[in-house]
Amino acid sequence: MALKIVKGSIDRMFDKNLQDLVRGIRNHKEDEAKYISTCIDEIKQELKQDNIAVKANAVCKLTYLQMLGYDVSWAAFNIVEVMSSSKFTYKRIGYLAASQCFHEGTDVIMLTTNQIRKDLSSPHQYDTGVALTGLSCFVTPDLARDLANDIMTLMSHTKPYIRKKAVLIMYKVFLKYPESLRPAFPRLKEKLEDPDPGVQSAAVNVICELARRNPKNYLSLAPLFFKLMTSSTNNWVLIKIIKLFGALTPLEPRLGKKLIEPLTNLIHSTSAMSLLYECVNTVIAVLISLSSGMPNHSASIQLCVQKLRILIEDSDQNLKYLGLLAMSKILKTHPKSVQSHKDLILQCLDDKDESIRLRALDLLYGMVSKKNLMEIVKKLMLHVDKAEGTTYRDELLTKIIDICSQSNYQYITNFEWYISILVELTRLEGTRHGHLIASQMLDVAIRVKAIRGFAVAQMATLLDNAHLLTGNTQRNGICEVLYAAAWICGEFSEHLEDPMQTLEAMLRPKVATLPGHIQAVYVQNAAKLFATVLRKHEGETDSHAAQETSQLLIDRLPLFVQSANLEVQERASCILQLVKYIQKLQQKKVEVAEEVTALFAGELNPVAPKAQKKVPVPEGLDLDAWINKPPSESESEDEKPKAVFAKEEPKHSRSRHTEVDEKELARRREARKREQANNPFYIKASPSSQKVYDAPGVEHIPVVQIDLSVPLKVPGMPMSDQYLKLEEERRQKEKAERKKEKKKKREKRGKERKADSGPESEEDIAPAHQVDIVTEEMPENALPSDDDDKDPNDPHKALDIDLDKPLADSEKLPVRTHRPEVLKSPAEDRVNESIPQETKKRSGKEKKEKKKGKEKDRKRSKEEKKKKKHKEVEEELLESHPEEAVQSEETKEAATPPTSTSAEASELDFWLCSAPVPPAAQEETAPSSAAAVDTSSAAAPESEPDEPKDAEPEDTKSSKHKKKKQKKEKEEKEKKKKKRHHHHHHHSNAGGEDSVQNGTVEEEEPLPPMSNYFLLAENSYIKMVYDIQGNHQDESKVVVSVIFENKSDSFLKSMEFNVLDSLNSKLQRPEGAGAHDSLTVPFQLPPGISNEAHFVFSVQSIVMPQKLKGTLTFIVKSDESSTHEKLDFKLHFTCTSYLITTPCYL
Amino acid sequence: MIKAILIFNNHGKPRLSKFYEHYTEDTEQQIIRETFHLVSKRDENICNFLEGGLLIGGSDNKLIYRHYATLYFVFCVDSSESELGILDLIQVLVETLDKCFENVCELDLIFHVDKVHNILAEMVMGGMVLETNMSEIITQVEAQGKMEKSEAGITGAPARAVSAVKNMNLPEMPKNINIGDISIKVPNLPSFK
Repeated sequence: MALKIVKGSIDRMFDKNLQDLVRGIRNHKEDEAKYISTCIDEIKQELKQDNIAVKANAVCKLTYLQMLGYDVSWAAFNIVEVMSSSKFTYKRIGYLAASQCFHEGTDVIMLTTNQIRKDLSSPHQYDTGVALTGLSCFVTPDLARDLANDIMTLMSHTKPYIRKKAVLIMYKVFLKYPESLRPAFPRLKEKLEDPDPGVQSAAVNVICELARRNPKNYLSLAPLFFKLMTSSTNNWVLIKIIKLFGALTPLEPRLGKKLIEPLTNLIHSTSAMSLLYECVNTVIAVLISLSSGMPNHSASIQLCVQKLRILIEDSDQNLKYLGLLAMSKILKTHPKSVQSHKDLILQCLDDKDESIRLRALDLLYGMVSKKNLMEIVKKLMLHVDKAEGTTYRDELLTKIIDICSQSNYQYITNFEWYISILVELTRLEGTRHGHLIASQMLDVAIRVKAIRGFAVAQMATLLDNAHLLTGNTQRNGICEVLYAAAWICGEFSEHLEDPMQTLEAMLRPKVATLPGHIQAVYVQNAAKLFATVLRKHEGETDSHAAQETSQLLIDRLPLFVQSANLEVQERASCILQLVKYIQKLQQKKVEVAEEVTALFAGELNPVAPKAQKKVPVPEGLDLDAWINKPPSESESEDEKPKAVFAKEEPKHSRSRHTEVDEKELARRREARKREQANNPFYIKASPSSQKVYDAPGVEHIPVVQIDLSVPLKVPGMPMSDQYLKLEEERRQKEKAERKKEKKKKREKRGKERKADSGPESEEDIAPAHQVDIVTEEMPENALPSDDDDKDPNDPHKALDIDLDKPLADSEKLPVRTHRPEVLKSPAEDRVNESIPQETKKRSGKEKKEKKKGKEKDRKRSKEEKKKKKHKEVEEELLESHPEEAVQSEETKEAATPPTSTSAEASELDFWLCSAPVPPAAQEETAPSSAAAVDTSSAAAPESEPDEPKDAEPEDTKSSKHKKKKQKKEKEEKEKKKKKRHHHHHHHSNAGGEDSVQNGTVEEEEPLPPMSNYFLLAENSYIKMVYDIQGNHQDESKVVVSVIFENKSDSFLKSMEFNVLDSLNSKLQRPEGAGAHDSLTVPFQLPPGISNEAHFVFSVQSIVMPQKLKGTLTFIVKSDESSTHEKLDFKLHFTCTSYLITTPCYL
Repeated sequence: MIKAILIFNNHGKPRLSKFYEHYTEDTEQQIIRETFHLVSKRDENICNFLEGGLLIGGSDNKLIYRHYATLYFVFCVDSSESELGILDLIQVLVETLDKCFENVCELDLIFHVDKVHNILAEMVMGGMVLETNMSEIITQVEAQGKMEKSEAGITGAPARAVSAVKNMNLPEMPKNINIGDISIKVPNLPSFK
């Protein structure tokens, strides 16, 4: 034996260790993969040896390989072996490997529970520490549930080293096993005042993480944190607390008021920039939460802005970045104070650091005014030219458009300028944002009637020079602009100077290389242009020119008829035939222009994005009713008319290729017609309604005087600058004028503009020309809604638990109790029960691995050995430790008096009210779920919305008065609570967490009445609710209480209850009964009566959740007849349902 | 929460990776590559924060990094962490490594990644900051080191001897030994503690 050990250690000397592996990899740079694969083979050999040192070495190497991206999950079992070594060195290697590669899907994790428990209770603090560290990385819901109690015990360990680790890991436990939060919280709270600063910091850390997600549950801790904040000197803790307050203040404005002073003091006193920054951040949050009408807080804002300016001016880029970040938060509520630092922010735009430039861009958004918009955009345009990376340039582009278009083009005074900016932006190479520019062009041209003439001229130039945009294949994104250009030229063709030229430009052969949807727009708008040209020429009695135009179309359109794109093809062939027909008419000297233009009559108005959805359904219209008789086939089809209705957007009429059969099409058309008839906002196509060009609505549009001396027609020349100059001149002129006629007030001309909230002297700047922004149409009373839902999969949602409610009986962490059969045969049983698939899987895997060139018989013998070994380890792992019973005893000490929490809530109010509160204390509109509000006990602060109203700060009398009142209220609430409590008994309650509060501490009677019944099954005759309870006497059994309630008006009898047993849980049947016999329910149910029956199940393993299928058969007997009925159900045994109710000891 | 801690060198070779959320090995490598790509193209003397690590988490997350000589130390954190605090934490980590390895250089990290993990485990646990006090960290690390040595005892001696010999014999060791020390002094940041 001794020889063996010596031999083993000598062997080990020549094994490759981690250093050798690393060195080897570095020496095999050319064939690294090959070298590593040989190393992995060696490691596999090493893992097969018995020597734990060799195994640990192998696992250590695997950890390194994992970092390089190799999957090592095949060695998971070996890792568990190494973890269970008694030597700290190896244990640590094992836990490290586990923390790097175990996750919830790792199947061997379930084997580790006992090992980890053993390590947690190890006398050596580093064993415990290593286990906690490892566990924090791979904790699963099962592990969390099984170990929660052990970890909670460790929170009161004598060594602070263990305490702080235990406190930290609790966060992970809460995440995986939310039920543990309430039982563990009192102790966690205690740790906030731990003598050791490390433990304290850990507790702050955990609570901050928790509170960040569900702040309202932690409001009651505010006084405690406040105390910590004013006493702690640990910056790390301070930062966390201050961050936490930032999350709490939006919920409780009174808290904010209390915070301002100490935070301002900290800002003045601290030298640590990190702390200063967080203080400023929280002050900003406070200021945001207080409604703006507080003059005395302008000082705080000034302080913040001042400090931020110092940060931004600092040479340290990090501070600069953070300063800008915080500045953007202030911007939202106090734009004026930020605007005064415009110079600084513009300066940051020139910074060499992209992150800083981006932050500065964000800020610019809020800094623009009518006055400086042009100037700022000019600066940005310069940056666009200079920018090297496409991402930054694209960012600039979107920012320019954002800034200009914000709040309905509020700051644009000269739309000619804006159009030319957009045109300039089209020169950007390789931008992805072509469609963004295009939609802006469309939007402006449609909504600003006065600009149409100018816009059309510009677009015509664009079309003429389309080759500049499309010449390079890299510029793909930008050709989107041509879509807008073509549409604008076509739709507003009456403004075109030379429609013929544009028409020619749109029919160039090169157009065929554009994307399909753009070609389609080209073709369609060519037709519109054609109509315009005809009209023009008809007046001149020059039939020759008109015929030439027709010929042009007839010559060019066949190109599009051949297009592969269906939309293009269809439109082209339609129009081609039309033109051919027109040509015939022309040859007969028939006047056609009038009729051709009628084809495109009507004006499009912009419609708000959600307008159509908001159209109220007129009375008497049933959208779900069939319009035509439904075709018998599919049911889902009936949704379609609705969908068409919702999707309809006149602006984006891009081709949608849907394949629908003709019937369906016809049906839809019919449906659509009806919808349109009822829709007041749909522009009806009846030709008699409007003749476009002499319609009265158009005449009044003031046509903009375009100064054509500006070289508009030269493409690629920056011309927006000229507008800037012009603008300045104009303003100066205006100023001079104003001096002359000082007292004459100028009328505000922008008709439908929103009342602007821009900076001072905003009104002084009159728009360059009359601009009539057509606001988007919306149905009356409809508001654009913004309902965004929270992610339902957020793990933190489960942690939204009211922590102030007193702990209930049923709430405690599962403690391991020793089950009789486990004691009888310590491991064997459970190994056989829960592990067999496990070992099978593993050995299956091993088999595969071994197949690589191994003799068969050798393999078999080894296999057996392996299995044996597995079992040994299992036994070791599952060994039970008697010491634990003692430990769980300890936890009893930490019982919390149930009344303290409700007292605390009013304490919070009192604490908050002791700060000066303005009479108009804001009420919270806490959007807490209805259920939480009406069932929560007196503790939840937001359930007392009337309190802050009463708070009168100045006189002390009222505060005394208030105290009394609070007391009264408290009493009342407690009474209510009691009532409610009784009320809840025997009440089915399907709402998971809510049910826990029903059991309360007052009851100490043996076997308290069940409280949390869940719905089992229900039909029109009967309703069954059930509850599962552990059994004190016999711990291998659970009692399922089922309440049967007769819902019918017939008599229910001969009820038989049967459940399909599983390996793990069996229904206890009377002796002599077969395994599948059903149990007779020992009573009958008259109408409307309910009664309860108990069924006993024997359970093998409590760690396996189960679902048992069952049926209830019964006879329904009414006066006339009796029928046999059946109801299927699923009985759900969760692991928590095995908990045994014992008196609360927390 | 800290989502991940990555250390890689100027060529993107990972020297340590610690993810506090589970990813597959492939995703992990992809994250490392992407992070390296993002971080490496940034100049010196620009800010140490980067938004939008696309693979981890999403918009709530930030990359906070520092570049020392040949190594990048990158922390991926969410909005609950203080940016400057994390920068200080990186500094503490590097200084601790410097103390534990005595003038740490990239080679130490290459050959003793397990030891680096153990040091890190005393600072950050499951994504949350455990300890920021350097002397406390070093005390714990050293105490564990002692335990390891005492466990190895006599049986460990021959193995240690052999590995010492191996190290001596290897020609590449002296070649690489001057790969560069990590410069610890970083200006402009007021000390945290």
